[in-house]
Amino acid sequence: MTVEQSALRRTPLYDTHFEAGAKIVPFAGWEMPVQYDGIKEEHVAVRTHAGIFDTSHMGQIEVEGPGSLAFLQRLVTNDVAKIEVGGAQYSLLLNEDAGVIDDLFVYRLGHDRYLVITNAGNHEADLVQFGRVSRVFDVYVRDAIDNYAMLAIQGPNARRIVGNTLNIDLPARMKVGARKIGRRPALVCGTGYTGEDGVEILIDPEIAPAIWTELVDSGIVPCGLGARDTLRLEVCFHLHGNDLSTDSDPISAGLGWACDESTDFIGSGKVAVLRNNGTDERLAPFTIEGAGIPRHGNPVLIGDEVVGEVTSGTFSPSLEKGIGMAYLRSDLAAPGTELEIDVRGKRRAARVSSKPLYKKEK
Amino acid sequence: MAEASYPEDLKYHPEHDWARIEGGEATLGITWYAQDSLGEVVFFEGPEIGSEVTKDQPYAEVESVKAVSDVVAPLTGEVIAVNDTLGDAPEAINADPYETGWLVKIRLSDPSEMDSLMDAAAYSASLE
Repeated sequence: MTVEQSALRRTPLYDTHFEAGAKIVPFAGWEMPVQYDGIKEEHVAVRTHAGIFDTSHMGQIEVEGPGSLAFLQRLVTNDVAKIEVGGAQYSLLLNEDAGVIDDLFVYRLGHDRYLVITNAGNHEADLVQFGRVSRVFDVYVRDAIDNYAMLAIQGPNARRIVGNTLNIDLPARMKVGARKIGRRPALVCGTGYTGEDGVEILIDPEIAPAIWTELVDSGIVPCGLGARDTLRLEVCFHLHGNDLSTDSDPISAGLGWACDESTDFIGSGKVAVLRNNGTDERLAPFTIEGAGIPRHGNPVLIGDEVVGEVTSGTFSPSLEKGIGMAYLRSDLAAPGTELEIDVRGKRRAARVSSKPLYKKEK
Repeated sequence: MAEASYPEDLKYHPEHDWARIEGGEATLGITWYAQDSLGEVVFFEGPEIGSEVTKDQPYAEVESVKAVSDVVAPLTGEVIAVNDTLGDAPEAINADPYETGWLVKIRLSDPSEMDSLMDAAAYSASLE
């Protein structure tokens, strides 16, 4: 009998997930809960009430020192100077060819102090790029992934329950603030990736299980990464590895809004050219018109011509039909274009939609 | 159904399919274990009536939000009925995999094939 040495990492909440009966799968080098009671139920809980996700697999990189702003302006695509102390911003990390190494959230914690949130699967590559670029700046870069557990609490009732349960006031949307949770310093951020209001909390890993349990006991529904994926896709948020990669660029991906070429970031020359000249392809959201569920890698057809490929596809619990995003020939990416998706040999009628695919009823 | 269950009157295929054999016909579906592994089924599209299914070969797919799974035929035969109610209510495959969640009925080509299938006890044991 061989004993397999698992190279997969576990978050501080692994035992909590396991004991609660969550279904656990490998994801980006981590053992993560893909679902608790069911993806649909969890999805609906976040859209209508409140759900909590363990996002401790996501990485953190601290950037500190007098050269922080200049460094980040060079490193990431958005205009970091626009972030006030206590602010947050979505940004991209590119290579010289404008390939997307990762997509990130940048929090400004102090005048010369920033915290960058990375994707689990890209954290190591991000650290290499941060380290390489930091050499010519008066800045200190530190891997902080082991310092934090991260919880995302999302949904229309998320703020109210978190505020009451943890007895803290919460930063506004896209703001971040230091708070005390469980007698430990914590960061609370008015951010998320589900299309719902909510907060993300960065806390001491030691107290993460107690805080998770307290929030779940207050009626917040524990959710796995499966629901996180359907929620983000309904609102057309990108998933790096699916919709973004070093083979894609921000303009084709529809993320030109997160790039400010005047900041001279790495890859900005190429982004300027692409923005100016247009791109061959464009990432477009679509819905399946009848039966069928599109999946990552499915070819997109018009007649017998392959005009693109699905990067993310799933069943939308809110719309109760197949949805996805695909890189399409740019002239076909406008809403209304009729397509067919080749789902394992069966052609499924689809139509390009506008973003987001799911719109909240006001 | 929340608890694992493997009815005694069914025959089982190692790919987690069951067959209820009645005379020269059989009703086919996926087992409790299969639906539990897959999660909530959100889509099932059966084969055409009149088409052939072949023992050990996939004949349809069931999909959950997250995953697609082939359904393997435990026996060979011609499809004589497809459970059309699953189009609107695929969740029956989770809720009631052996009754309302049946997938297809076939006319058996070679009833002796059933000798290679497992009974409930052998199938349950194979899952441990």
